[in-house]
Amino acid sequence: MNEHYTLRVNGVERDVCDSWIGESLLYVLRERLDLPGAKGACEQGECGSCTVFVDGAAVCSCLVLAASAVDAEIATVEGLNPDGTLTDVQEAFVREGAVQCGFCTPGLVMAVHHLLDAEPEPSDLQVKEALSGNICRCTGYGRIFAAVDAVIARRRDAAR
Amino acid sequence: MPVLIPRSLDVAVEMASSHPDAHILAGGTDLMVEVNFNHRKPETVLALRHVDELRGWTIDAATRTVHIGSAVPFSEMEHGALSEALPALAEAARTVGSPQIRAAGTIGGNLGTCSPAGDSLPVLAAMEATVHLRSTSGERAMPFAEFMTGPKRNARRGDEIITGVSMPIADGWQGYAKVGVRNAMVISVASACLALQSTGPRLALGSVGPVIIRCHDAEALVADRPGAVDAALAAEFGRLAAAASSPIDDHRSTAAYRRHAVSVLAGRLLQRGTARP
Ligand SMILES: Cc1cc2nc3c(=O)[nH]c(=O)nc-3n(C[C@H](O)[C@H](O)[C@H](O)COP(=O)(O)OP(=O)(O)OC[C@H]3O[C@@H](n4cnc5c(N)ncnc54)[C@H](O)[C@@H]3O)c2cc1C
Ligand code: FES
Ligand code: FES
Repeated sequence: MNEHYTLRVNGVERDVCDSWIGESLLYVLRERLDLPGAKGACEQGECGSCTVFVDGAAVCSCLVLAASAVDAEIATVEGLNPDGTLTDVQEAFVREGAVQCGFCTPGLVMAVHHLLDAEPEPSDLQVKEALSGNICRCTGYGRIFAAVDAVIARRRDAAR
Repeated sequence: MPVLIPRSLDVAVEMASSHPDAHILAGGTDLMVEVNFNHRKPETVLALRHVDELRGWTIDAATRTVHIGSAVPFSEMEHGALSEALPALAEAARTVGSPQIRAAGTIGGNLGTCSPAGDSLPVLAAMEATVHLRSTSGERAMPFAEFMTGPKRNARRGDEIITGVSMPIADGWQGYAKVGVRNAMVISVASACLALQSTGPRLALGSVGPVIIRCHDAEALVADRPGAVDAALAAEFGRLAAAASSPIDDHRSTAAYRRHAVSVLAGRLLQRGTARP
């Protein structure tokens, strides 16, 4: 059966035509809306590489039924800085060497933004817990935690 | 129209009755895995995300009762007033999957799936929670112990929507403990909830039987013994918990290890709950 509906992604209304009812938001973003920032690895909620915001909550887009996400505010990594410049989190990931193959990076960047928006001064344990749904095969996480620490320090300095 | 998106509970109930074949969708963290892997090919989906009546919870101080709507996600149980009213539920919620899973996954979905490993379920069993269901023929309420009838089986009729659960506010210490292969993102190998309610201690076990198991023998052992618990009593409490369990070997663990793990968890919870600060 074919579906026609509208999703609001990064503040823009996007028409989705002729999609199968069971398509995930991850699939629709990547294959139908030309937004390949969210990555698909496991499609079962385990890896976090597909993390997006739906109505402000960081969720796995592979587990969201796209056709049920009408009337929701969807935000993807492409929408963080619409002009294409890097956010402070992305910049810190690059500078601290937290990107190797880069497959996990968009999901982690979303998770870090989500954490620091809610909790600007998280403890190490809070950082680890907040990122426990994002798997990285390459870095061993040390560089990722270093990038998070760098953002925290930078924002603290900027606030002074 | 194959994806039904009701905006009120009344409409949702009507839709569930006129589309008994529809798959009910809450957070999607169980259902979408099955869809992604082609284990299910839904023709019709009834999505509950816009049914506000199911998304709230209340704490009634007069009747000392907590009511949690079925579409409340685990992330809301981890902090705040709900976690103070039901500390064991907060602990259980915090062990579910990852932050992304807890932001989407709901207590109604945990009940709908009714896996013996569902982390909220031992808490509902220990607190003798009531499960609320609604259809066009009216409301039904039943104790959780009657609702869960087997592994991934429950007493919900096809036209019924789970509207929520209610249970007493904790009036004594309570805790939840779980064993898995790692700390995050893990389905339990064995779990236990101990609630030291004023009406008596209640112990419930997860992942060690076809349903959540209440341990009346272990409860009776400590019923009239206020005060600190020594190691021997904790060990006996654990032994009775293991004796009540009926675990199996599967891809996650063995029956022997589960029996051992659940005895340790039960004993540990008892010692934690009775330790004087
Ligand atoms: C990566 C990952 C990790 C996980 N880790 C854990 C874990 O640690 N512990 C744990 O307990 N679970 C875990 N789960 C399983 C899942 O998150 C939970 O079972 C969750 O409670 C499901 O809720 P949901 O809202 O996402 O359900 P959905 O997937 O939307 O629905 C699940 C089932 O319940 C039915 N249903 C949902 N709501 C209602 C309702 N109101 N009325 C009638 N039927 C309804 C649906 O039809 C479906 O059959 C994990 C899942 C994933 C993908
Ligand atoms: S692709 Fe969604 S969590 Fe792995
Ligand atoms: S950088 Fe390769 S998976 Fe994280």
